Amino acid sequence: MLTEEEKREIEAHIEKLPRRSAACLEALSVVQKHRGWVSDQSLHELADFLDMTPHELDSVATFYNLVFRQPVGRHVILVCDSISCWVMGYEKLVGRLNQKLGIQWGETTPDERFTLLPMPCLGTCDHAPALMIGDDLHRDVKVEGLDEILERYE
Amino acid sequence: MEKPLTQHIDLSKGPLSLKEYEATGGYQAVRKALKEMEPKEVTEVVKNSNLKGRGGAGFNTGLKWSFVPMGEGAPKTKYLLANADEMEPGTFKDRLLLEGNPHLLLEGMILAAYAIQANESYIFLRWAYKTAHKALKKAIQEAYAAGYLGRNILGSGYSLEMHVHVSVGRYMCGEETGLLNALEGKRATPRAKPPFPQASGLFGKPTIVNNVETLCNVPFIVGRGAEWFKGLSLTDEGGTKIYGASGKVKRPGAWELPLGTPLRELIEEHAGGMMDGHRFRGALPGGASTDFLTEEHLDLPMDYNNVMKADSRLGTGTVIVLDDKTCPVGFVHNLERFFAQESCGWCTPCRDGLPWVAKTLQALEEGHGKPEDLEILSFHTTYLGPGNTYCALAPGAMEPLQSALKYFREDFERHIREGGCSYR
Repeated sequence: MLTEEEKREIEAHIEKLPRRSAACLEALSVVQKHRGWVSDQSLHELADFLDMTPHELDSVATFYNLVFRQPVGRHVILVCDSISCWVMGYEKLVGRLNQKLGIQWGETTPDERFTLLPMPCLGTCDHAPALMIGDDLHRDVKVEGLDEILERYE
Repeated sequence: MEKPLTQHIDLSKGPLSLKEYEATGGYQAVRKALKEMEPKEVTEVVKNSNLKGRGGAGFNTGLKWSFVPMGEGAPKTKYLLANADEMEPGTFKDRLLLEGNPHLLLEGMILAAYAIQANESYIFLRWAYKTAHKALKKAIQEAYAAGYLGRNILGSGYSLEMHVHVSVGRYMCGEETGLLNALEGKRATPRAKPPFPQASGLFGKPTIVNNVETLCNVPFIVGRGAEWFKGLSLTDEGGTKIYGASGKVKRPGAWELPLGTPLRELIEEHAGGMMDGHRFRGALPGGASTDFLTEEHLDLPMDYNNVMKADSRLGTGTVIVLDDKTCPVGFVHNLERFFAQESCGWCTPCRDGLPWVAKTLQALEEGHGKPEDLEILSFHTTYLGPGNTYCALAPGAMEPLQSALKYFREDFERHIREGGCSYR
């Protein structure tokens, strides 16, 4: 069941729009904010709430990079894998993350602390390579500085 | 040298508040327009200024506005959308404006919306721009409180609502009609044109979508006139441009310079030249979907027409530099993998062609390249080119590939001959 808080937050988006389904991306974001990811059950509840079929909603949900249809860890590491970060050596960062955390792209650590995902250009190419952890942007990241960054996330 | 867009931006101090923005002359253009100008006069001055869309397409902004139905018979609901979904790889210019001076964008949006008589507006913001989101939310609150947004703005009888939509990612959202679909809560696939969004856009209503940097120019054009704006550039195209440079240069960054600044000045002066031990080999002038320029183009004035004459596009004006220690094949492979991943799958050439291109380049990099691979890459640049797809994603993806095949052909051939990449 959607919580009252979730419903309130979603309704605030719906009221600006000509039809309920138009708020579905905001609604998916609201659910993901509260639950970490969008499970099949969440998807069905949301679809009902938005007057959509679950398949309609899933076709939208699976299109976008940042709607998580699988569980993720407490902190999602998004590594920019686009051109400026490639030139500046992002692959070395990923190599270190693979080794340190024991996970590949799309995987989550067994303690559910981190999920590792690639991300197109983060728009901070003058400080490449860059990555985001949760809401935090880390720029000019060096392999030797990675451990210290990771320690900040419990 | 005048820098209207960025002269008051100091990121170390955070975004300008409403009070600070007003102290720089902010919202004077809105006061002037709402008091003294008819909507069509605003469109006219922007058209005459020759302001070209700074998101990459370079279309005359005022001309675009002039296609919106106006007057008695026009639909009551119209939309003005700011495209702040900066996702073109190598591009980081709108971030500077959004984080540094959000009220400038708001003022540009109010003027644009007034010109087309739209009463609803959205900022379509990419998810990763957290600092920008905070700055915009605060700026919008301040603007409502001061009466620059909402009902009956400054007693003029004109009303405008403004909302922020935070995207959940996908390069296609930056494409004009993909953005409309995303705002309607659909997959961000492109729409067939016509109808053009100016006539039938968001929810079927007349809609203008403008890039952030484009809109930020509008307050100055309205305030100081078309002739002043034209005088800012080094060529006849008008205005300044936020150029950028990334890659192996000494001081990567973004700088507001007169439109038409040569590539050489950008790289050697503003970016401090190449990093020690690295030589300039080429550059994409405006993001991932533009053709390479090389040493022979260093003195080219970087404006829309001149870059087009060199068989490339100014695009977003943020230059990505290729140096002599970086493999051009690997460089293009990274770009094509991005485009293949971000293809929305709506039309076949893009959905099937881009993964084929990406896999072929990967084979070259890994040493499995065959002589016929160059032919495969080459025919894709034709079949995925303009006219064969719904939107510009695949044609854009072919631009760096076709120019790399032209300028760095020897590198492609060596990968096949030597069975792999010699740069690693």
